[in-house]
Amino acid sequence: MPKHVVARVDDIPPGQRKIVTVAGRSVGVFNVGGEFFAIRNQCPHEGGPLCEGVVSGLVSSKIPGEYDYVRRGEIVRCPWHQWEFDLRSGWSWFDPARTRVQTYETTIESSTDTERSTSAGDADLDAAGYRKGPYEAETYRVEVDHRLVVLHL
Amino acid sequence: MVATATRNRGMVVDCDIHNSTWPGALDPYLSARWRRHGELFGSRTHPGSLYPKGSPAAARHDAWPPSGRPPGGDLEFMREQHLDPEGIEYGILNCLGAAGTQLNADYASALCQATNEWQIAEWLEKEPRLRAGIAVPYEDAELAVEQIDRFADHPGFVQVLLIARTAEPLGRRRYWKIYEAAERHGLPVGIHFGGGARGVPVTASGWPSYYIEDHTDMAQAFQAHVVSLVCEGVFERFPGLRVVLIEGGFAWLPPLMWRLDKHWRRLRDEVPHLTRRPSEYVREHVWVTTQPIEEPHDPSDIRTVLEHLGGPDRVMFSTDYPHWDYDDPDRAFRVRLPEQDRQRIFSQNAKELYGLR
Ligand code: FES
Repeated sequence: MPKHVVARVDDIPPGQRKIVTVAGRSVGVFNVGGEFFAIRNQCPHEGGPLCEGVVSGLVSSKIPGEYDYVRRGEIVRCPWHQWEFDLRSGWSWFDPARTRVQTYETTIESSTDTERSTSAGDADLDAAGYRKGPYEAETYRVEVDHRLVVLHL
Repeated sequence: MVATATRNRGMVVDCDIHNSTWPGALDPYLSARWRRHGELFGSRTHPGSLYPKGSPAAARHDAWPPSGRPPGGDLEFMREQHLDPEGIEYGILNCLGAAGTQLNADYASALCQATNEWQIAEWLEKEPRLRAGIAVPYEDAELAVEQIDRFADHPGFVQVLLIARTAEPLGRRRYWKIYEAAERHGLPVGIHFGGGARGVPVTASGWPSYYIEDHTDMAQAFQAHVVSLVCEGVFERFPGLRVVLIEGGFAWLPPLMWRLDKHWRRLRDEVPHLTRRPSEYVREHVWVTTQPIEEPHDPSDIRTVLEHLGGPDRVMFSTDYPHWDYDDPDRAFRVRLPEQDRQRIFSQNAKELYGLR
């Protein structure tokens, strides 16, 4: 599965997200308390931009007027009709439309690990249709003090 | 922007788009007297529907334009987000807002006139795909007729816009002048979800606790209007009148027609002014829009509803953009239909009804 560097860890603080376009697909990468999750930015209901929605939790309640949250910060709510999806699994946790949004694996790797894979800086060349040639000039490693968020897609 | 699915459909006519005013938008169209009234006293209405706090302005969360205007308040953004990507050939604007509901009839009238002038200047003259409903102070038929007479000839206006929760059922005589004027000008009368003038609760049994009840119960108001329009003899009196139920759903309509017909057989002496079965008036005079279409557990049941309605020729597609229960033209209407029927619902019926060309 090709890997794509989509951000540096510090670019997406906990509770935040970044929407990226990778391989022609719009994907939301979410930082949930230090863990990263990626889901497709297209709602299985009517196609709304799911990852632009509010991140919240599911509500549980025994009687009217009293409620509590479950999985707070791990549920994204579609900006169109408010269907809710679990950022970890892509599942929607309500019954009538047993439905799921596509999720993608993410990892955090250090900048040196990914030196040889497609780096974010090459995206424009990739997009312009260039493929890496066989020649390589000598280069020197530059330390970048940031870890990278890598999307497997 | 999300990459959109490949589309193999044609352009659609969207029969329910909401344009909204932004603070100060109507000022240039109000006389100094009414501007001052607005500054000093502001809006006085009974409360209507309250939308969920989680969906401010009842809007899609992504429908707030970057310009800072309210959802539906920025034509450029509406083009970018809705008209262009969704392939809207024509869109009918239904401007909601408190103009028609004002308790002060003269202020209602001034606000409606300003709304109509604003619609011409800011929407109809700037965007050839758009048409609009004439805003009227509907609780005062005479003042409403002034607005209809003033604006009916403008080619951008294609219907008279009323709201579902009125002070009385819409068949009552107090509203007849509105129908007379609409018929005279060849305009359909659209009745749109919402309102709440005179504090009338959304259900026939009072105010419900939850928004989900409010939204579902609005169908009651539409049902009351259909029954009232038929039984008060409005369609006998105004044989050219065409009524559009906007955002009211319609799966409830066939059983309502059955019930009316059944009672009419036994109670017709009470309404001798009806010369035909109630369902015949409905079939002939009433159109419906799709959003929020009922979603049966088996989507194909919608085909049965269409059959019971007597065919697909009275059903017109709508999105309700930019509101939170918006329907996407590619995904909302899940039932597979014969191409000809699909075409009628997504464009032809509306083109014929509103004379769009
Ligand atoms: S499109 Fe996402 S909830 Fe409807």
